[in-house]
Order: sequence, then structure tokens, then C-alpha cells
Amino acid sequence: MLANYLPVLIFLLVAGGFGGLLIVLGFVLGPRKPDSEKLSPYECGFEAFEDSRIKFDVRYYLVAILFILFDLEIAFLFPWAVSLHAIGRPGILSMVVFLTILLVGFIYEWKKGALEWD
Amino acid sequence: MTAVSTSYLHDLTLSLPEVFLLGATLVVLFVDLFISQAHRQLTYLLSLLTLVGTVVLLVAVPEGRHVGFAGMYVTDGFARLIKLMTAGTVAAAFLYSRDYLIKRGLFKGEYFVLALFATLGIFVMASAGNLLTMYLGIELLALSQYALVAFDRDSPIAAESAMKYFVLGAIASGVLLYGISIIYGVTGTFDLSMLAQRLDAHALTQVGLLFGLAFVMAGVAFKFGAVPFHMWIPDVYHGAPTPVTLFLGAAPKLAYFALSFRVLAEGLGSMAGAWQGMLMVLAVLSIAVGNVVAVSQTNLKRMLAYSTISNVGFILLGFLTATPFGYRAALLYTITYVLMALGSFAMIILLSRKGFEADRIDDFKGLAQRSPWFAWMMLFFMVGTAGVPPFAGFFAKLYVIQALVEVGFTWLAVVAVLFSVVGAFYYLRVVKAMFFDAPADDAPIGGAFSFKVLLSLNGLAVLALGLFNTPLVELVAKALR
Amino acid sequence: MIGLPHFLVLAGVLFSIAVAGIFLNRKNLIVLLMCIELMLLAVNFNFVAFSRFFGDLDGQIFVFFILTVAAAESAIGLAILVVLFRERRGIDVESLNRLRG
Repeated sequence: MLANYLPVLIFLLVAGGFGGLLIVLGFVLGPRKPDSEKLSPYECGFEAFEDSRIKFDVRYYLVAILFILFDLEIAFLFPWAVSLHAIGRPGILSMVVFLTILLVGFIYEWKKGALEWD
Repeated sequence: MTAVSTSYLHDLTLSLPEVFLLGATLVVLFVDLFISQAHRQLTYLLSLLTLVGTVVLLVAVPEGRHVGFAGMYVTDGFARLIKLMTAGTVAAAFLYSRDYLIKRGLFKGEYFVLALFATLGIFVMASAGNLLTMYLGIELLALSQYALVAFDRDSPIAAESAMKYFVLGAIASGVLLYGISIIYGVTGTFDLSMLAQRLDAHALTQVGLLFGLAFVMAGVAFKFGAVPFHMWIPDVYHGAPTPVTLFLGAAPKLAYFALSFRVLAEGLGSMAGAWQGMLMVLAVLSIAVGNVVAVSQTNLKRMLAYSTISNVGFILLGFLTATPFGYRAALLYTITYVLMALGSFAMIILLSRKGFEADRIDDFKGLAQRSPWFAWMMLFFMVGTAGVPPFAGFFAKLYVIQALVEVGFTWLAVVAVLFSVVGAFYYLRVVKAMFFDAPADDAPIGGAFSFKVLLSLNGLAVLALGLFNTPLVELVAKALR
Repeated sequence: MIGLPHFLVLAGVLFSIAVAGIFLNRKNLIVLLMCIELMLLAVNFNFVAFSRFFGDLDGQIFVFFILTVAAAESAIGLAILVVLFRERRGIDVESLNRLRG
């Protein structure tokens, strides 16, 4: 009974070992000869103007969130359009329902002002 | 073409409760968008109406087992019971939450819409005939829950608990999916009844299947919050606004029971020999850790979270017998637990007021002097959950233990009883605080009339279902025939 | 010739990297979201591989739904992240330490 879990154990060991191995290899094999030029960020030969890790405006995330959702509807539209002959009226009806739900979501975000930058 | 259309129509009629719930929820969302804050009550009323309409349609669904959408959707007595219970629980959660939300400026349409979407997720899970539908139901429920926990944007801890819940929940879905993919790789199907056909007694010797099953079990345990996958439960219960905790603590448990029943009992039933052992470990650990850690909690919400973990252990104990009687006992346990959890969290809401969360055990001190009636109600919930006769919780535990003894797992029954005795201690601590300590504050008990009536009914139900438990037993037996 | 095992091993390795990333990552919550995404994509890899080798389309349909749900999931994750950022002025994993007990 317990022997049946051996593959799970092996899986865990391999997973852990593989991850660990890569990190260790990087430490061991990677040459490390830091000097000030190597450690400074490269910006077209200029001195760096500012820290490269600037914080993004939080509104970019909002746009990203909305973009992901409405971007993916196309993944359903293409196969649907290609197979329209085979699926007939139920297919059209289903897509109408799907798009209606999306439309409600779209009106929601519009009305809530998520599409305005200011 | 016509044949397809008629069957499509038939499928839609079959799933009318879900169709209505989705449509009505979208209407609620739409209406809420165009009304001012002064008219927000309309959203609340429409949400309740949605649930009432759904219940009416549920009752109208023809009896017996029906399959629609090419096996994707199944409706039977089990699905119907889970859905009716869910609709009732969510309606109660709405009634309990309203005043709390109004007083804290959280009375927004999103709470109701998200809860309704979560309800739809539970419905889909209860009726899943295919691993794909099951997955979609799980995610619809989970995503609504993440958003609900983060719903109070001004709370310092809600966002943190939402983030933890989200990350762990996402890992759980990922692990579950990985398991599903392996099972698909071995059997070549997602259909649960087809899966049951293709797996036979040899399934237990197939390494690939066991490998997949281990991942599926980890996913299910995560969702249920069984030890050692319980880390998120205390943080989420503590961090979420109390009405959200009330929602999370009640209805989704029914959904996760449906998940285990559909996937493990119906789909992978012939692998019971394998998942029994895994569930045994999960159940014993849950009961042990839940009960022992709960003793040291001072925050009532955290204590109830650990109590949830131990109760989940009991549900799993009933389930792991893999007998019809065991499934019935587990379902009965789930339903009674949901009833008591609703009441316990509602008590916290009752004692809370603006700027004051009554979520410490000390806040219940001297409740017997401030309001004897509700002190008794809280006593019913606490003692009921602890499993003291003659309350509902006692009979639920009794059935689970009976089911265990029936299949020869007497030692499991003994372990369960021993840890329940430990558990009784922390429930009684709340009772002691209420009846024997001096009140810490003497603010009058608030709460609308409807709230108080519902809470009283809830408390009395815990007593009544203990004294006259035959109707519930028959209801469950009918559902799981 | 690349066979089914090759795909499964690759998917398994990707999945393990994702899980390791979630548990080892102590810095940034965005990386955590990426790991979750990677995890789901590894699973998709499995589904597509099985589907292709069985000649059964169901697996690929499942992948469609996983992709959609993953998008919704990361949208919710990002939304929670924004709320958290407003509250803490940072998104370090270590800032998630107020709930204990």
C-alpha cells in the first residue's frame, strides 16, 4: 500500500533536487569577479539617471486587469466562428448569451469609471 | 439540426435554476449600477428575490436523475438538496449581514452580486457530471470568495488575508488540475460516469492513477481546509469582514462536500481503497490539530476557524467509510455544521457595533446579564458544535461514529471521540464567559427585529434538529439513495 | 522522435519550478502571480500532450477554459494586489505578517 506512494516521493525528490541543483550550480560554477563598472547599470554610455526599479502607476495594473479579461474572449470567438456550420442555432444562441454577459461586465466597468485615466 | 435544437432546449429547461440565477444576478448587477446609495435596499431585496425564485425553480425540477449537456450537467436528489440548502444559507447570510454592512458603509451591491455568483458556483459544482464543469464551478466559487474577502478596502487586515487566500487557493486549483490531467492521461475521459466505468478493481495497481489521485486529494483537502492544508483558514476567517466570514464558513462547505462526493465517490469510487487511507490521515490530523490549537485562541473568529478545521475532520471521517450510510452521515454532519456555524458568526455580528468588533471571547463576558435569551442561543450553538446531547451536533457526530464502527474503524471512532472531549473545553469556555463572568461593557444589544427572529429560529433549529432528527435523516437518505 | 514522456517530463519540471518558486520566493508578490500562472501553463502542457497523443479533443477544450479562468484569476490577484499596495505602500511578501496566532 505504502509502496504505491513511491512515485510521489520520487517526484518530490526530483522536483526539490532539480531546483536545488540549479541554484547550487549557479553558485559554484558562475565566475564572480565584480568591479564597479560591472555592477553599475548600463544606460547607453551615460551615467544612470535614476534607479531602474521605479514603481509603476497603479492605474497601469487596472488597465492590465481589464485588458486580460476582454482579450481572452477572442480565444472563444475564433473556434466558434470556424465551426459555426456544425453547431447551428444552439451555437449562435450560446455565443449571444456569452457576449451578453461580457457586455454587462463591460457596462459595469465603464459606469464605475474604470476606463477613465484621470 | 432540429434534433439538436430540441435537446438544447431540454438541457436548458433542466438547468433552469442555474439559468435563472445567472440571469437574475446580472440584472441585480445592472440595477445596482444605476441606483443611488439611498436606494441600495433595492439591491438587497432583489438579491433575496433572486434566491426565492431559484428555490421555486429548484422545487419544480423533475425528480430523479437527469443528465443534460452531453453529460456535463447532472441533476439528482443530491444536487437538489445541496442547492436548496445553499440557497437557504445564502439568504440567511444576506439577512444577517445587512445591518452590519449599512453601519460600516459597506452596504454595496458588490457584496450581494459576488455572493450570488459564489452561489452559482456551488450550484454548478453540485450538478457537475464532468471534471470540466466541476473545475469551472470551483473557480467561480473561489474567485468570488477571494474578491469578497478583500471587499472592505479600508480594513488593514482584509487585503492581507485575501492575498493569502488567493495564493493558497490558486496553488490548490493548480494541484487539483495537475491531478486531473494525470487521471485524464490514464483514462482518456473527463466524464465522471465514464470514469467510473473505465476504472475497475485493477485501478488500485496503476501507479499513474494513484499519482493523479494524490494530487486531486491534496487539492480537495486544500479547499476543505483539512490539516496539513489548513493554513489559510484562521487568517481568512480572522481577516475578512464578519459577514464575509459568515458566508465563507457556511455555504462553501456544502460545495466542497459535493466536490468530494462527485469526484471521489462517484467518479473514482473504485479507487476507494486508495483514497480511504489518505482521508484517514487528513481527518485524524484535522480533528487533532483543530481541537488542540483552538484551545489557545482568544479571538473568537480564529477559534471558530480551528473549530471548522476539526469539524471538517469529522465530515471526512464519515466520508472515508465509502459506504452509503457513511456518505449520509457526512452529509448530515455538513448540514448541521453549516447551521451552527451560521448562528455562531451571526452572534458576533449581533454584538458588534460601529467601531467595535465583538470578535474576542472576552467580548462575550456577561452576556447572560445583558441579554439572557441570546446568551442561551449562543449556548445552543457552542454546545451544539461541541456535540453535547440533545443538540443537533450530537446526533451528527453519533451517525459518523456509527458509520465508522460499522466498517470496523473502531479506533478512528475512539480517536474522534477523545479529541471531541478536548474540543468541548473551548466551547465551554465561551459559555463560562457568558454566564459566570461580569459584563465588560453594557451597551444595549442592537440588531433589527428580522435579524433577531432569524437568529432565534436558527438557535431553536439546532435544538429541534437534535430532539427530532428523523426529518433531516430522511431528507438526507432520500437525497443519497 | 519526441514522445509523450518527453512532454510529461517537461510539464512536470515546469510545474515543480512553479511550486518551488512560490515557496522560495520571499520578495515580490508579482513573482508569486507569475509562478501561479506558470503552474497552470504546465498543467495545460500536460492536457495538450495527452489530447494530441490520444487524438481526443476534450483535453484541448479543457485548456481553453483553464486559460480563461487563469486570466480571471490573475485579474483578481492583481486587484487584491492593488488594494494591498494602497494599504501597505509596498508589495513585499514579508509585509504579510499582521495575522498570527
